[in-house]
Amino acid sequence: MRLDQHLIADMIEPRTRVLDIGSGDGTLIGHLYRERGCDARGIELNMELVTRSVAHGLPVVHGDADHDLAYYPDHSFDYVVLQRTLQAVERPREVLRQMLRIGRYAIVSFPNFGHWQLRLRLLLGGRMPMTAVWHTPWYETPNIHPCTIRDFLELCRQDGYIVEKWMAVDEEGERAPWRRSIRLANLFGEQALFLLRRR
Amino acid sequence: MNSTAPLGVGEHPHASFPEGVELDCGVTLAPVDIAYCTYGQLSPQKDNAILICHAFTGDQYVAETHPLTGKPGWWGRMVGPGKPIDTNRFFVICSNVLGGCMGSTGPRSPRTDGQGAPQELWGTAFPPITIRDMVRAQHKLVRSLGIERLFAVVGGSMGGMQVLEWAVTYPQMMLAVMPIATAPYHSAQNIAFNEVGRQAIIADPDWRGGRYWEEGVIPARGLAVARMMAHITYLSEEALTRKFGRRMRRGPAGGQGPEGPVSTFGDIFEVESYLRYQGSSFVRRFDANSYLSITRAMDWFDIAADHDGDLAPPFAGTAVRFCVVSFSSDWLFPTSAARTLARALNRAAANVSFVEIETDKGHDAFLLDEPDFDRTVRGFLCGVAEHAGLS
Repeated sequence: MRLDQHLIADMIEPRTRVLDIGSGDGTLIGHLYRERGCDARGIELNMELVTRSVAHGLPVVHGDADHDLAYYPDHSFDYVVLQRTLQAVERPREVLRQMLRIGRYAIVSFPNFGHWQLRLRLLLGGRMPMTAVWHTPWYETPNIHPCTIRDFLELCRQDGYIVEKWMAVDEEGERAPWRRSIRLANLFGEQALFLLRRR
Repeated sequence: MNSTAPLGVGEHPHASFPEGVELDCGVTLAPVDIAYCTYGQLSPQKDNAILICHAFTGDQYVAETHPLTGKPGWWGRMVGPGKPIDTNRFFVICSNVLGGCMGSTGPRSPRTDGQGAPQELWGTAFPPITIRDMVRAQHKLVRSLGIERLFAVVGGSMGGMQVLEWAVTYPQMMLAVMPIATAPYHSAQNIAFNEVGRQAIIADPDWRGGRYWEEGVIPARGLAVARMMAHITYLSEEALTRKFGRRMRRGPAGGQGPEGPVSTFGDIFEVESYLRYQGSSFVRRFDANSYLSITRAMDWFDIAADHDGDLAPPFAGTAVRFCVVSFSSDWLFPTSAARTLARALNRAAANVSFVEIETDKGHDAFLLDEPDFDRTVRGFLCGVAEHAGLS
């Protein structure tokens, strides 16, 4: 399991109901189900990964964040998780709204576009930045809605979500030490991880 | 062939229910025989039983040589020792559907008078049955085997309809269900195809108003045409192209048609020959009136019928684990229908998995070699067992 998935798992209480949007090969829901006794389910777009998950006995449906969340009833999960995907959905604001309609808590991670390397590359090179995290050229990237940590906080404020926890992590998922300062986190954090709840 | 002899009634192992089954139409059909096969051993706790529901023209001979056709069981590659539905672990039951013609009570069975003395065959007087009626009969069988709760109910196509009906009618009776290559209701297109098949049978002069058995004939041409047409719907265009392309072969008269050596129908395409073979072999094992009864039951199938077309309420509060499977090239029960079902199950907050298997084999893919499908079945069942704490 990736380190950032460990961080997510640590945010989740045992024996709760969890929906993981973009559950990939089912690593996180498998961990939550087998180690934490959670009722953990997944949605995944890549059919090969769906089949692999179901073949491992995990409840995963073929679908995606933009089109399938509307079919889940209100308050049907304790946590709804979206890992490293917010920047790639068609309507991030609507996806967040749906997540907090379905779940008591939303756990969202995304790559931070405010990272200093990106800023520097755009400033000095004048071209769309390419880094280890942002590694596809602009004409091929699925990441159509990049945002910074401050952008995301502003959206939470606008839509009235309470930020229970947040942290900036580097690409390997190690927690970074600048957690007290949003400005520093926005400059040095490669990935951001948020635990939100409804007001 | 002597068609007055009911196809194998009495020869197939069966359970008898003198009290009969109360049908959706209000009639109590009695007595009722349900023919069935089992594989594997029922555990002492009776917690390892899987009911398999067969498709329209299938029957209970899932994993053994068919006594009538001599062909291997229709799902022998899925059910057996070490197979995805592993009979070393599970006790597998499959029964011939109510209305069928392989030993269960249907239009081909003799009706009895008030005292139980056998009268003439039911024929078209057989009461209209529904998928739910089939499931009621299966439920009787399962209970008569001493099983209070099934581990799972699994089935494809019309079998998948029964699976859904099980989950809705007896939600406490199973841990998990696998509706495969199926839909929550029969679409207008599906009803249309069924109607063409029925009309082909009824238009055959040998159908004799449904009383063909009186005169020792069968509406073989009509039934064969119905089967040929239906068979096309079970395959994809890619599968047909791969199998037959535009290849031709000598017609039955060695290239000569009725008009001599130069004839429109002298040589025939291989796909025509294949369909003719499918049609002619089908009429030897399937009863025409059963065909009419069962296709009608499929047409009536709509899980949401009692809920103003809303598919979620029938599943509300269900604790059953669902695994919905569709096949990408199946245009008879397309993925869109499976997705509608999966979304309805999500709305009902059910525990659901939904997999679309990539294949070009069409609707019949669930009967064919599809490794991803095998892995899905095996893995889902293992997951359910793990969740239920069964070893």
